[in-house]
Amino acid sequence: MTQSAKRRPDTKMVPVPSTSIIPERDLGKLPVLECQHLGIDFGGLKAVDDFNITIGRTEIAGLIGPNGAGKTTVFNLLTKVYEPTRGTVMLNGIDMHGMDTVAANKQGIARTFQNIRLFSNMTVEDNVRIGLHNQIRYGMFSGILRAPSFWKKEKEQHERSLELLSIFGMQDLADVQAGSLPYGAQRRLEIVRALATNPSLLLLDEPAAGMNPHETEELMNNIIRIRDLFQIAVLLIEHDMNLVMGICEGICVLNYGRIIAKGTAAEIQQNPVVIEAYLGKQKKEAQEA
Amino acid sequence: MISFLSHLVNGLSLGSVYAIIALGYSMVYGIAKMLNFAHGDVIMVGAYISFCATQYWGLPPLVSVLCSMVVCTVLGIIIERLAYKPLRQAGSLAVLITAIGVSYLLQNLALLIWGANPKVFSSVISLAGFTLFDGQLKITGEVVVTVVTCVAVMLLLTWFTGKTRTGRAIRAVSEDKGAAQLMGINVNFSISLTFAIGSFLAAIAGVLLCSSYNTLMPTTGSMPGIKAFTAAVFGGIGSIPGAMLGGILLGLIEIFGRAYISTELADAIVFAVLIIILLVKPSGLLGKNVQEKV
Repeated sequence: MTQSAKRRPDTKMVPVPSTSIIPERDLGKLPVLECQHLGIDFGGLKAVDDFNITIGRTEIAGLIGPNGAGKTTVFNLLTKVYEPTRGTVMLNGIDMHGMDTVAANKQGIARTFQNIRLFSNMTVEDNVRIGLHNQIRYGMFSGILRAPSFWKKEKEQHERSLELLSIFGMQDLADVQAGSLPYGAQRRLEIVRALATNPSLLLLDEPAAGMNPHETEELMNNIIRIRDLFQIAVLLIEHDMNLVMGICEGICVLNYGRIIAKGTAAEIQQNPVVIEAYLGKQKKEAQEA
Repeated sequence: MISFLSHLVNGLSLGSVYAIIALGYSMVYGIAKMLNFAHGDVIMVGAYISFCATQYWGLPPLVSVLCSMVVCTVLGIIIERLAYKPLRQAGSLAVLITAIGVSYLLQNLALLIWGANPKVFSSVISLAGFTLFDGQLKITGEVVVTVVTCVAVMLLLTWFTGKTRTGRAIRAVSEDKGAAQLMGINVNFSISLTFAIGSFLAAIAGVLLCSSYNTLMPTTGSMPGIKAFTAAVFGGIGSIPGAMLGGILLGLIEIFGRAYISTELADAIVFAVLIIILLVKPSGLLGKNVQEKV
C-alpha cells in the first residue's frame, strides 16, 4: 500500500467550468476529450445516458462501475463503433460527429480490448506495423515497383516497431507469432499496437484482467511511464481497485449507464453513492429507509 | 514412359491454371469469408474480352491480355460494390446465394452478347515450344508460359501479403475486421482491393485456359471455377501455398485419371479424392485447424 501511495501522483485536481475536474498541470491546455450529454439507446434501453466527462491533456482517468454499467459501451461510443444517439464528443477540440472508426483513430484515439483481439496469426512486429499503417505510408506503386522509397519506409517501419516494442522490452519477440505469446505479453502487445497509431488518448479496456498481482504492479508503472513518455491521456476501465486507486488521477463511476460520481481516488472511496452501487445499501440505512 | 511424361506436363499445365483461379478464390474467401461463385465466370469474361480484342478490334495478343486484365479488375470491383458490399452484415447464406446469382447473370449476359456458339480462341502465346527425347515429348509454349506465370503469381502474392503495408492490412482485415478498423485500416478498401486482385488473376487464368484449349463459350468458366474452388479447399482455403499445391495436384489427378483410369470418370475421381482428403484432414492439406474458442 505504501508503494502505491508513493506511486499515486500527488496531482492537484481542479474543477473546470462545470463539475468536471482535471489535473492542475493540464489547466492551461485544451482538454483531450470532452463529452457532453453523450447517450445511446438500444431499442428502448438507455445503455448510456447524459455522459459528461472532461479529460486533461496528460491525465490518467479511470472509468469504473459494476458489471453491465455501460463502460465498454462508452468506449465503443468514443471510438465510433456506435454512433451516439445524443450528445457530442470533442477530441482535441474537434467534434467527432459523423466520423467512422477509421477517422476516429486518425483523429487520435486508440484502444485495447477487454478480450484480447490481436492479429494472432501475424508476428508481433506485423501487429505493431498494422498500428503504424497510417503513420508511415508509401504509394502502392512504389511498393509494387520496389522503389528505393519503399525500402526506406519499410526500414523506418521496422525500426519504429522495435522502438515501440522496446517500451515493454519485447523487441526480441518481434518475429514470434502473436497468438503464441503468454497472456500478459499479449496484453502488453495490444497496448503497443494501440500506441503505434500515435494517439493522444489511449483507451484501455480492463488492462489488468487475468494478471497476477506482480504483473498488475508492473502494468501500473508502465501506464505511468507511457503517459510520461508520449505525453498522452489515458482512460482506463478496470475492476482491480488497487490499480484504479493507485494510478488514476480522476475517476468516474458509472452505474446503469449514468455517471453517479466523479472525483479523485480519495473522494470516490468515501462516496456513499459509490459504496452503495458496489455493495448494495447498508443494512442500517436500509432499515431507516 | 514418354506418355507418362507427357501426361505429367499436361497435368502441370492444367493444374497451374487451376492454381491461379484457386488463388483468387482463396484470397477473397480469406478476407470476405465468402465463396465467390462468380469467380469462374469472371474467367470467361476475361477470355471473351481478349477474344474480342484480337478478333474484332485487331489488337495484338499482348495488348488484348492487358485489356482483359483491366476489364476483369474493374468488373471484380463493381461486382463487390453492387452485389456483396450491401450484404456485408447479412448472413453468409445470403451472400452465397447472391454469388450464385451473379454467376448466372454473367453467363447469361455473355450468352446475350456473344451467343451460344463456341468461339475458336486462337492462342495469344506466340512462344514456340520445344521437344525433348528426340522429338517424342513436345512441350508447347502455352505450357511453359502457364507454369511460369503460375509460379510467378504465387511468389508475388506471397511477397505482397507478407511484406508490404497494404498486404499486411489485408491480412489484418481477414483476421479481425473490427480490430483492424479501430487501428485505422480502411476495411472496405482492403476488401475491394482483394476482389480486384482476384479478378485480375481470373483474367490471366481465362486467357491461359483458352489458349490451351482453344474453345470459348459462356459456360467455359463454370467447370474450371468449381474445380479451382475444389483445389482451394483441397489445399486449405485461405492459404496461398495451399491454393497453389491444391491446384497443381488437382490438375495432375484429373489428367492421370483421364489417361489411365477412365475419361468419363476423370471428374468423379477428382471429387472423390477431395472427399477423402477432407475426411482425413478437414482443414485441407495446408490449412490451419481453426479451433472455436468457447
